[in-house]
This record gives sequence, C-alpha cells and structure tokens, in this order.
Amino acid sequence: MRWIWIDRFESFESGKSAVAIKAVTAAEEHLHDLYPGFPVFPHSLIVEGMAQTAGILVGEAKGFREKVILAKIGKADFHRLVRPGEILRYHAAAGTINDAGASITGRVTSGEAEVADISLMFSHIDQNMAGIAFPEHNFVFTDQFMELLANFRKDVDVRL
Amino acid sequence: MTRDEIYDRVKTVLIEALSVDDEEVTPDAVIRDDLGAESIDFLDIQFRLEKEFGIKIPKGEMMPEDLAAAGEFVRDGKLTQAGIDELKKRMPHADFKDLHAGSDLEEMSKLFTVDAIVNYVERKLQEAR
Repeated sequence: MRWIWIDRFESFESGKSAVAIKAVTAAEEHLHDLYPGFPVFPHSLIVEGMAQTAGILVGEAKGFREKVILAKIGKADFHRLVRPGEILRYHAAAGTINDAGASITGRVTSGEAEVADISLMFSHIDQNMAGIAFPEHNFVFTDQFMELLANFRKDVDVRL
Repeated sequence: MTRDEIYDRVKTVLIEALSVDDEEVTPDAVIRDDLGAESIDFLDIQFRLEKEFGIKIPKGEMMPEDLAAAGEFVRDGKLTQAGIDELKKRMPHADFKDLHAGSDLEEMSKLFTVDAIVNYVERKLQEAR
C-alpha cells in the first residue's frame, strides 16, 4: 500500500521550508465516507499530508540519518472543508531543528483560501530520553518518501 | 526584564505548549504531575522558551536526563546522597524541599516546577548580559 498523501514538492529549502501539493480527486474512496453524497477530503488526512511534508523537511536537514516520528500535534485549526478538484498546498516552515527533534509551523491553502493552520513536533526517536532502542534500519524514510524528494530534485521535463 | 515579566512569559509558554488553563499555572505547579506534560512536551517547552527569551538551552541543563546512568547516583531506583548532591549542583534553579536521599528516582520530576523554569530563565538572561 502506498501511504503517500502528498503528490510532489513545489519548493524545498533545506532545513528551512518546504511546499508540497496534493491534488484531491473524487476517485479517492475515503472522500465519500464522511458525508454520503457530499464528498470532502478528511481533515485527518490533511494533518497527515502536513506531517509528511514537514517530516521530510526535518529528515533531510539531518541527511535522513534520524528516525523522524510525529510526536505532537500542537495545533490543528481548520477553516473550511476541502472538496474534490481542489489542489492543496502544504507550507511547512521549520521553527527549531536540533538533535532531539523539531518544531514545525504549517499552513494549508487551496488557491487563495486558507484551509488550516497546523503546528507539529517531531522526535528523533533514537535520541529519546527514555533510552529505548529502535530497529537499526530507518523504517520512517521508505523508498516511497525518498522518491518524492528525488523527483523534485530531478526536475524532469516529461514532454513527449 | 523583571522576574514578574519572566514569570508571565513563562506562563504563556506553558499555557500554549500544554493547553492548560491560566489558573492551573502557579509558581509551585509541577510540570509533569500538575500540568500533565509528557516527554515530547519538555522538548516543546524548551523550543518555545528558546524562542521567547532568545536563549540557548543545552541538552539536560534545565532538567538532567542521564542521572540514572551513573551507578553512584541511583541505587535500587532510589536517589543516593551523591545523587542529591549532583542534582543540586546541576539544578541550582530547583527547590529541593521534597527530595532527599532515599527518594524514588521518579520523584525527581517534582523538581521541575514553574518556579524552577523562571529561576532558570532568570539566570540564563543574567549570564547573557
């Protein structure tokens, strides 16, 4: 299963900020589950999209050596519903990134409209205070995630 | 900056980081036990204090993390006198009235109160001057 809730990066400034976009389509099953006959994109998946955008920003800042885990949703204020056909933009700005973790301030927009304000905290779990050991391989940044950043950097022209 | 100003700003930081009510934040409120902070909240509080006061908080300086690793400080889950002495050295900003040799290591969290944070920030700002 592909658990990817952003389609591509639009901008990426290492350790500072990133913007990713997500095209919302009626073909996605989960849009039809919340209110029958009135498809909306679930807010929980908007949080996930921001977490993926921000998580890659945080991971890249340390060369993807850390296992970056979403540890806290400090704020998730939603201003409107999102319908099929909209294109969401996840704007993630780094507050602090240090050895232990990171704080991110995020905004979600659709065109000119403000969709949500989402602030997140990430933990570098190998550095956690409890001293718990985690598997050695980096299970957070799978190939699926790495492809997103690689494709942004390749800047491929796909005209045929 | 006066101590009252520092207190008010620390209070705002805690209200925002922990989603607690204004009246819950009192000088002797314990961050973990009274305000319900979990481990990630301590990092959140640290980041917010750094931003609010323009200070740098090195790992373990506000609240020591590695005390149990050294055998002489903790025995059978309880703090030794050497452990208490070490804590007093590392946390001059804390009030040790409820902690003594023989206290459970867990009780160490009682040192980390609203007042301890205010004391810590006050000292950091003085050092920076």
